[in-house]
Amino acid sequence: MSAVIDSHAHAHGHHDHHGGYGGIMRWITTTNHKDIGTLYLWFSFVMFSIGGLMAVGIRLELFSPGLQFVDPDFFNQLTTMHGLIMVFGAIMPVFVGFANWQIPMMIGAPDMAFARLNNWSFWLLPFAATLLVLSFFMPGGAPGVGWTMYAPLTVQMGIGMDLTIFAVHILGMSSILGSINIITTILNMRAPGMTLMRMPLFVWTWLITAYLLVAAMPVLAGAVTMTLTDRHFGTTFFNAAGGGDPVLYQHIFWFFGHPEVYIIALPGFGVISQVIPAFSRKPLFGYASMVYATSAIAIISFIVWAHHMYTVGMPVTGQLFFMYATMLVAVPTGVKVFNWVATMWKGSLSFETPMLFALGFLFMFTLGGFTGLVLSIVPVDIQLHDTYYVVAHFHYVMVAGALFAAFSGIYFWIPKWTGRMYDEKLGQIHFWLTLVFFNMIFFVQHFLGLAGMPRRIPDYALMFETWNAISSIGAFGMGLAQLLFLYIVVKCIRSGEPAPQQPWEGADSLEWTHLPTPAPYHSFETPPVLK
Amino acid sequence: MRGMRVISALAGLAGLAVSGGAHAIAWYFQTPASRMAQDIDMLHQYVMWLIIVIFIGVFSFMFWACYAHRKSIGHKAEEFHENTTVEILWTLIPAIILVVIAWPVTKVVIAQKDTSAADITVKVTGYQWKWGYDYLKGEGEGIRFMSTISTPRDQIEGLAPKGENYLLEVDNEMVVPIGKKIRVIITAADVVHSWWIPAFGAKQDAIPGFLRDTWFRPEQVGTFRGQCTELCGKEHGFMPIVVRVVSQDDYSRWVGQQKKAAAAAADEPGKPRDELVARGEAK
Repeated sequence: MSAVIDSHAHAHGHHDHHGGYGGIMRWITTTNHKDIGTLYLWFSFVMFSIGGLMAVGIRLELFSPGLQFVDPDFFNQLTTMHGLIMVFGAIMPVFVGFANWQIPMMIGAPDMAFARLNNWSFWLLPFAATLLVLSFFMPGGAPGVGWTMYAPLTVQMGIGMDLTIFAVHILGMSSILGSINIITTILNMRAPGMTLMRMPLFVWTWLITAYLLVAAMPVLAGAVTMTLTDRHFGTTFFNAAGGGDPVLYQHIFWFFGHPEVYIIALPGFGVISQVIPAFSRKPLFGYASMVYATSAIAIISFIVWAHHMYTVGMPVTGQLFFMYATMLVAVPTGVKVFNWVATMWKGSLSFETPMLFALGFLFMFTLGGFTGLVLSIVPVDIQLHDTYYVVAHFHYVMVAGALFAAFSGIYFWIPKWTGRMYDEKLGQIHFWLTLVFFNMIFFVQHFLGLAGMPRRIPDYALMFETWNAISSIGAFGMGLAQLLFLYIVVKCIRSGEPAPQQPWEGADSLEWTHLPTPAPYHSFETPPVLK
Repeated sequence: MRGMRVISALAGLAGLAVSGGAHAIAWYFQTPASRMAQDIDMLHQYVMWLIIVIFIGVFSFMFWACYAHRKSIGHKAEEFHENTTVEILWTLIPAIILVVIAWPVTKVVIAQKDTSAADITVKVTGYQWKWGYDYLKGEGEGIRFMSTISTPRDQIEGLAPKGENYLLEVDNEMVVPIGKKIRVIITAADVVHSWWIPAFGAKQDAIPGFLRDTWFRPEQVGTFRGQCTELCGKEHGFMPIVVRVVSQDDYSRWVGQQKKAAAAAADEPGKPRDELVARGEAK
């Protein structure tokens, strides 16, 4: 099959290789899924760096008690923007970047279904990011309301709040367009013989994620639009004085917010489901149950939203319903973890960087899942709600979950993307540094939360001093370790060893078995035929 | 691996050096001062031990595989990739474990929500950035005051050494008698706040325009401290909550003092005569 592909690439020659434009216009006008994937990946790295700098600012202020570096207002702005930028600017786009690169290659398609729409859904992002960052320079600065943007505090903010609202609208549009594209591509452009139940699990998780996005993002858009009209047009959706209810905002936000958690986590599950079998040299255990478990998680994610709101004072029946529903998430999530471990069982394991990050993911994401179970218990959650325990919990899910999965995927596929190998030794150092510093930052935050330190405070009581100092040192180290990651990627692109078609002997999806390395500009001009 | 250990050890030492070992390191719940906080602690430990056992169980498989099924020692991969019995088992067993967890929890949830038959009812109002207390019912009815952080600005800005209760001290503490069921009705005047005393296991958001309630029954004399836990703007980190639990006698004395002080304040010169008439102190 690869011979056929090669002859196509030669026939095209190199002048029209990148769609006719060169330089910056190539990137602005590109409709190629690989170029757009690359744009997504670099965009998310830039946002990851900006959001990371904000995190370092937060940890600097929290290094010791007292106010030293930033005033409380600016501190609130930092926590808000760190959250928004990391969620919408870094983690979501990185997985859309993966989707763009990988889905056409993995299902045997030439490109995404809607190539121009694909261009547009990426190029919306820089505008949204600019609005977010610009809000810092408005009178009153960026909003200091937390990434959850709870009403009615939002009404007290300056014009930066409006910029943020528009940014969220644009980000939402981008996500919805991207998702429609992904759904259409997966459902219509699979190679002959690639039935749904033969798709690589990464493709499956993205199919389900795309549906979640289409369902959840409009809800967020609604919530922030109501905030906008409450601010400027005299509506009182979230103001009791006019017949509204501040808690309504929380319900709407979390109806988006909980599926959002899985929007972030599921593509990561997909990456891990490709990496673990490859480095275990053994097929994924329980493929069908993985698909069902992913779907079950997605469905349950729509009926658990109020577990973020146990302390708002809902009726006891409401608390019990949301508690039972939340505990239920543990069942399909457990199935996934068991399947991954069973995939490794009696395999032939090797531990290159992608596998190390996958194991780091598996170990620590499970830890984050378990603290999620602790938080599902209403009375315990009432004690821990809005403390550092929650901060630790969701960073185990978002960082050790999504970010580790993203690193795993980047090291896994970068040979196919660039045609070159990364430096294995440096990659492993990057893993160990990230692992150690990550745990230094966040493991101790469990103790802070248990002992009673609220989140989103710029200063704290003296009994919290030691853990905060350790956590801050971890944050500085984690930040520096990511510079090493940048170096590894740049080094790989510029001077890495040429990579073979199949650098990982256990990898068996189409991009490895049917495409040369680096992958040709148009993946499959004639679809491969699967037996 | 060795580098990793050295780094974490160094970091730990650095953290200790910064703290100077001057303060006890808090790493677990505050000592419970009510039955509810005890129940929460018990539930937490129950779930936590269960999790630790499962965690060790699952990951010993993973680490054993990492050790014994390595390619570098020549382990050959087997080809199995499904087993319906195993898959049904590891769906059902976790489900059963969840039921085992849910049962005792449900009882506590119901108890926690039961704010009926309170001895004293206090309305708490969150303001940006202080708390207002109104004793509505029971002994002390009619007492009302504001409670604001009393930590001096100099301590926050590092111009003076920080006191023992840095950021956790207020000018007027909420005072309640030991052993009585205190119902707290909570609301807010501006944005959402959240009222929390960890030692009582009582936390309730303060929603502007709505009344919500929670309760606690303190079982120890002492001073208990908490903080606002819902982001409420600039000074969110600086609106602590302090509850002083006293004996019944001391409580009655405190109520007497408060009433006297309130009456004295009411008697200030310039009060309209009909107010005094209404109170029967003038004709």
